[in-house]
Amino acid sequence: MNTSDVLIIGAGVVGCAAAYYLRKNGVSVTVLESDMIGNGGSSRNGGGVRISGRDPRELGICAYGVKNIWPTLSEELGIDVEYRQKGYLVCGYDDSHKRLIKDRINTAAKFGIKMELKEEEEIRSLYPYVSEHVTCAGWTPSDGVANPLKTTLGYYIRARENGARFITGEKVLCIEKIKGRARKVITESGNVYEAESIILACGYGGRKILNSVGIEVLMQKKLEEVIVTEPAPRLFDHMIGGMSGFYGQQTEHGSFVLGSSCGRETYLFNKSNTVSTYSAPSFICDSIGVDIPALKKLKVIRTWSGWIDRSYDAVPIIGNIEEVPGLFVSIASSGHGFGPGPAVGFILSELAQGRPSPVDISKLHYDRFDYVKYQDRYFVSDVGGSFS
Amino acid sequence: MSKIIDRSADIGEFVPEKDDDILVCRCEEITKGEIRKAVHMGLYTMTEVKRFLRPTMGLCQGQICGENVRRIIAKELKEPIEALKETTARPPVRPIEMEVFGNEVEKL
Ligand SMILES: Cc1cc2nc3c(=O)[nH]c(=O)nc-3n(C[C@H](O)[C@H](O)[C@H](O)COP(=O)(O)OP(=O)(O)OC[C@H]3O[C@@H](n4cnc5c(N)ncnc54)[C@H](O)[C@@H]3O)c2cc1C
Repeated sequence: MNTSDVLIIGAGVVGCAAAYYLRKNGVSVTVLESDMIGNGGSSRNGGGVRISGRDPRELGICAYGVKNIWPTLSEELGIDVEYRQKGYLVCGYDDSHKRLIKDRINTAAKFGIKMELKEEEEIRSLYPYVSEHVTCAGWTPSDGVANPLKTTLGYYIRARENGARFITGEKVLCIEKIKGRARKVITESGNVYEAESIILACGYGGRKILNSVGIEVLMQKKLEEVIVTEPAPRLFDHMIGGMSGFYGQQTEHGSFVLGSSCGRETYLFNKSNTVSTYSAPSFICDSIGVDIPALKKLKVIRTWSGWIDRSYDAVPIIGNIEEVPGLFVSIASSGHGFGPGPAVGFILSELAQGRPSPVDISKLHYDRFDYVKYQDRYFVSDVGGSFS
Repeated sequence: MSKIIDRSADIGEFVPEKDDDILVCRCEEITKGEIRKAVHMGLYTMTEVKRFLRPTMGLCQGQICGENVRRIIAKELKEPIEALKETTARPPVRPIEMEVFGNEVEKL
């Protein structure tokens, strides 16, 4: 029988985490995934687990994860997800960057998050591997990194082991209501699944599915690329980013994982496949050569790309949809949904069980968009590695 | 369209084999036993095994062990090797220094 208490669409970090937490409470779960487990953004990101630089509306969720989930996640899953809370350094090159960093510090302070401005002298002594090109920097000690592959597949492995049913290769086409409630899901293969509640966590793919119940959301799809180097002796533990746009980490394995876009993706590439190009990778290598010259001689061994499902204001859409009772969504994570992913999965699992969210998510409502008001933010969000 | 796979389908118990200690991926030092166990944890595709355990993710990018990894997973799933999708081959074809790759930026 294709019936369960909860049906989850999408097996990314959010869907897998939600399945895990639901099973912990004994709720029966089916997860439908069109591709493989975690083949979306969840296995393609830079692994940044950040609170700094986030929009005030989503800060609560990010902070909830960093406080309540990440520190004990490896222990909980019995799988090392390589979480390290060793700070985030964002490199700036001029006064406009210094102003942006100061703005972020003020926002962070309002939420009790410590972030500091580092001036040249301090940068030279604390972060000697950063070049003289970097004249100011923001430092957030509570930020960190993790291994996205281990995290996503880790949640999957334990959720499956605890009885969650995962079906891959099953692409959801639409949701059908029964007596006004979201109850049925129909897939491309013609299969029908039924549940009391439905969790939609499938990135850009969720847009069409929402359309099937009369809901439209303002979002677009954007290519982002990543490079990984051969392993090297440890240079630093913290996450790093530059106002030129790159971000990344030296992983536990020793390799450097560095991501960025080059700014032209939206115009250059076809929208059906993730493709690897020379554009963003060469841009990343060039920026790194300028900011962290010690890495110049390291060899790039692999590059890949992924989709960023971005909302109109670059802030995620999370929560219920009044017009469709029984449906709970997390979409448009806007390039920074890995860090909050475990918390979002937990929150959705609570909502699907009829319980309230442990943090305020009311401002992440799908129907919040006001074209005029958010026009400025839309462009600002491209600056300074907000995608990480 | 991808093949539909029910991840709760029974593929049988993990049965230890004599040569489980053999190194399959030399770059990342992954053994045959580790790969076989990963399949029993629910990782039914080559890409998932690669992402979780790292075989084929090292310097040679699977050019040496790729087919062996694929064969071991397929056998564990009791499927012919052709039925198992290979991982995506990703650029660059040979490792390339960041400094050199960075030069391409001029062509943007
Ligand atoms: C290059 C890159 C770098 C990034 N760096 C960071 C970072 O450093 N820090 C950070 O916090 N975030 C980062 N992100 C963003 C982060 O990866 C995503 O926000 C996060 O993984 C989203 O998780 P998800 O579970 O919502 O979606 P996804 O991981 O995208 O999962 C959605 C799943 O749904 C499936 N699906 C789609 N349509 C359907 C359908 N119709 N039926 C069934 N299944 C469907 C997809 O196949 C996919 O597996 C980055 C993203 C990219 C691409």
